[in-house]
Amino acid sequence: MNFEFSEEQNLLREQARGFLQDKCTMKVVRKALEDGDTFNRDLWKQVAEMGWTSAVIPEEYDGLGLGYLELSVIAEELGRAVAPLPFSSSVYLASEAIMAYGSKSQKEEWLPRLASGEVIGTFTLSEKQGQTSPSNLSTTGGVTINGIKLPVADGDIADICIVVGKSNEGDGASLYLVDLNQSGVNREAIKTLDPSRSHAKLTFINASASLLGEEGQGWAATQNIFNRAAVLFAWEQTGGSEAALEMAKEYALGRFAFGRAIASYQAIKHKLANMYVKNTLARSNCYFGAWALSTNAAELPVAAASARVAGIQAYYFASKENIQTHGGMGFTWEFDCQFHYRRAKLLSVNIGSESQWQDKLITAVEAAA
Amino acid sequence: MDFNDTEAEAKFRTEAADWLKNNVPGSDELATLNPMQQAKHWQKKKADAGWACIRWPKEYGGRGANAIEQVIWNQEESKIDAPSVGVFSIGQGMAAPTMMTWATEDQKVRYLPKLASGEEIWCQLFSEPAGGSDLAALRTKAEKDGDDWIVNGQKIWTSGAQYSDFGILVLRTDPTVPKHQGLSYFFLDMKSPGIEIKPIKQMSGASGFNEVYFTNVRISDAQRLGEVGQGWQVALTTLMNERASIGGGGGNAGFKTAMKLAQEVMIDDKPAIEDKLVRAKLANWYVQEAGLKYTGYRSLTALSKGEIPGPENSIGKLVGAPKSQDLASFAIDLKEQAGIVWEEGEDEMDSLFQDTYMSIPGLRIAGGTDEIMANIIAERVLGLPQEPRMDKGIPFTDVPTSSKP
Repeated sequence: MNFEFSEEQNLLREQARGFLQDKCTMKVVRKALEDGDTFNRDLWKQVAEMGWTSAVIPEEYDGLGLGYLELSVIAEELGRAVAPLPFSSSVYLASEAIMAYGSKSQKEEWLPRLASGEVIGTFTLSEKQGQTSPSNLSTTGGVTINGIKLPVADGDIADICIVVGKSNEGDGASLYLVDLNQSGVNREAIKTLDPSRSHAKLTFINASASLLGEEGQGWAATQNIFNRAAVLFAWEQTGGSEAALEMAKEYALGRFAFGRAIASYQAIKHKLANMYVKNTLARSNCYFGAWALSTNAAELPVAAASARVAGIQAYYFASKENIQTHGGMGFTWEFDCQFHYRRAKLLSVNIGSESQWQDKLITAVEAAA
Repeated sequence: MDFNDTEAEAKFRTEAADWLKNNVPGSDELATLNPMQQAKHWQKKKADAGWACIRWPKEYGGRGANAIEQVIWNQEESKIDAPSVGVFSIGQGMAAPTMMTWATEDQKVRYLPKLASGEEIWCQLFSEPAGGSDLAALRTKAEKDGDDWIVNGQKIWTSGAQYSDFGILVLRTDPTVPKHQGLSYFFLDMKSPGIEIKPIKQMSGASGFNEVYFTNVRISDAQRLGEVGQGWQVALTTLMNERASIGGGGGNAGFKTAMKLAQEVMIDDKPAIEDKLVRAKLANWYVQEAGLKYTGYRSLTALSKGEIPGPENSIGKLVGAPKSQDLASFAIDLKEQAGIVWEEGEDEMDSLFQDTYMSIPGLRIAGGTDEIMANIIAERVLGLPQEPRMDKGIPFTDVPTSSKP
């Protein structure tokens, strides 16, 4: 029995944490908020140079061919740093989609450049408020694609996008690979709760597109891509939750009221203990998710949904109670508590909300029984 | 990450499973025995073959096994249908580690093998009416008389006192010094003159605990563990083991049973399992149970590498007990008005949720309340300071109490 990261993986974690503590401080995150600098290209280049964007891409496509345990380690650290980077869009979603469903030529065309960070990819399903399904998709595709996608994470800076479109065949959806640098694509940056990650409205007007995977198999493919990404997003959530707990703890130890540190009051201690409990449950579920992802285990749907639900719950709780622990100062623009609160919400809806994943979890448990 | 046994672990597992398969008592073997006799019979059989308390050194009745082997043994033993040996858990899980650390060599040789074999049963006498969460506020006093101590007072919440041969207990040997400094730790013969045991009837109707009254009970000074005044440190050895041995409510209603119920009962003419709110609640409980399970795996990994597990496991009871309570409450709701019926039937699920609903409040209190567990996490894991205390540095006799505020 070994349910722990290896020494090499822990070394990678130390390096990643050290790098992000140095280069991706809260000042950098704040710049995204205050200067509209929603994408730090310089930081992106450095991250790519360290091999993070190429980690799990096979060597034949210029990747490092590392495993998903390594990627999990990186995801946790990016989450801890609230990094203003399109990493998840490009790595967990676009690269994964092409690796899983791309033709040889699609892989050859895009994976090496995704690996090097030269090309940024993203993935889009949502079109409007509420849950998207094959029956309410309005984007249609073939050799060209038409429709509106909103909001698209990193849609204003990405070079390519995997678009979920309607299909009259199979499961009702197909995936399309679209080069965003073309006249048939109109991009409009939009404001979101978390400006440290850019988002856009994409309008496709007869934009040229190529089918990714089989026609009419896009819904199943999307579920599979989301299951895999859910584990990695859950690691980001776990990293963020832990950073929020550390922030709350540090403040509570230094802040005095009624003649003593507020960290000595049970009201605060129990709040922080509850954060620790939720964070531990999220982390342990993430471990199982990482194992399932790294071994392509049959348990992945259950493991992914468990990690996702635990991650959403932990990060929401830690981010809001971190503000509460800080009192009035936590509510100010000047303090950094807001970054976790914003990011927690972004991560809780980006590939399906908590209730969708609770539902998926029970479906997966029923299927496994 | 790898869930498989190492070669040595696999070999041990086979050996353990084979022995269990060949030696588990059949119904003929147990036919004439009551549950206590069945427990003693099975435990003795294990001890004779070297399969009792396997982590203990051989000279004290164990096997000298390592921590991971203990886990493998537990896993294999849980797969067979053998008599319950729960009556030994307090003695083996709490008294024995304390004896192992603090008793003399002669005492270890005298008492530990019989603890392992189940020939002697031990109980733990810590809590008092005035000292629960604030255990060190206990008042049962011991006064020196020659080579003996004379004990007077009352203990409470003692599981198994009525059938125990020996007990471990903490007593106040000096009320004039501050609270923690006036305690000493002993073990005693539960058949000593002056001991009176009265069962406590719980709100569920069951009686798993006792009150134990002491009237001029004599304990030899040779049965003191640790120095006079060092009782609190010795007690910590026991408490650390207690927190490890009270789980998160296994045997209570859990995800699987709640899911099964949701498949059977109806909401809006459809199985309740199809209702989104029901699914959301079930999912949350699944995530909590899975989180605890994998947290256990992480501790196990540390053990298998010879490391001391981190503090993660301290969340077990704090998560598990409230989870079981909410789950049982919700399952009763799913049965609608019929949920109020509490009668045993052929199906385990006829009374399981009601049983859990009525017994789980005890688990949220036993071995450290939810609130104490949260304090432990906050102080020992997160390193937050203690609350200021009104009883610090003053003689125990001057500490404000319920009757003397």
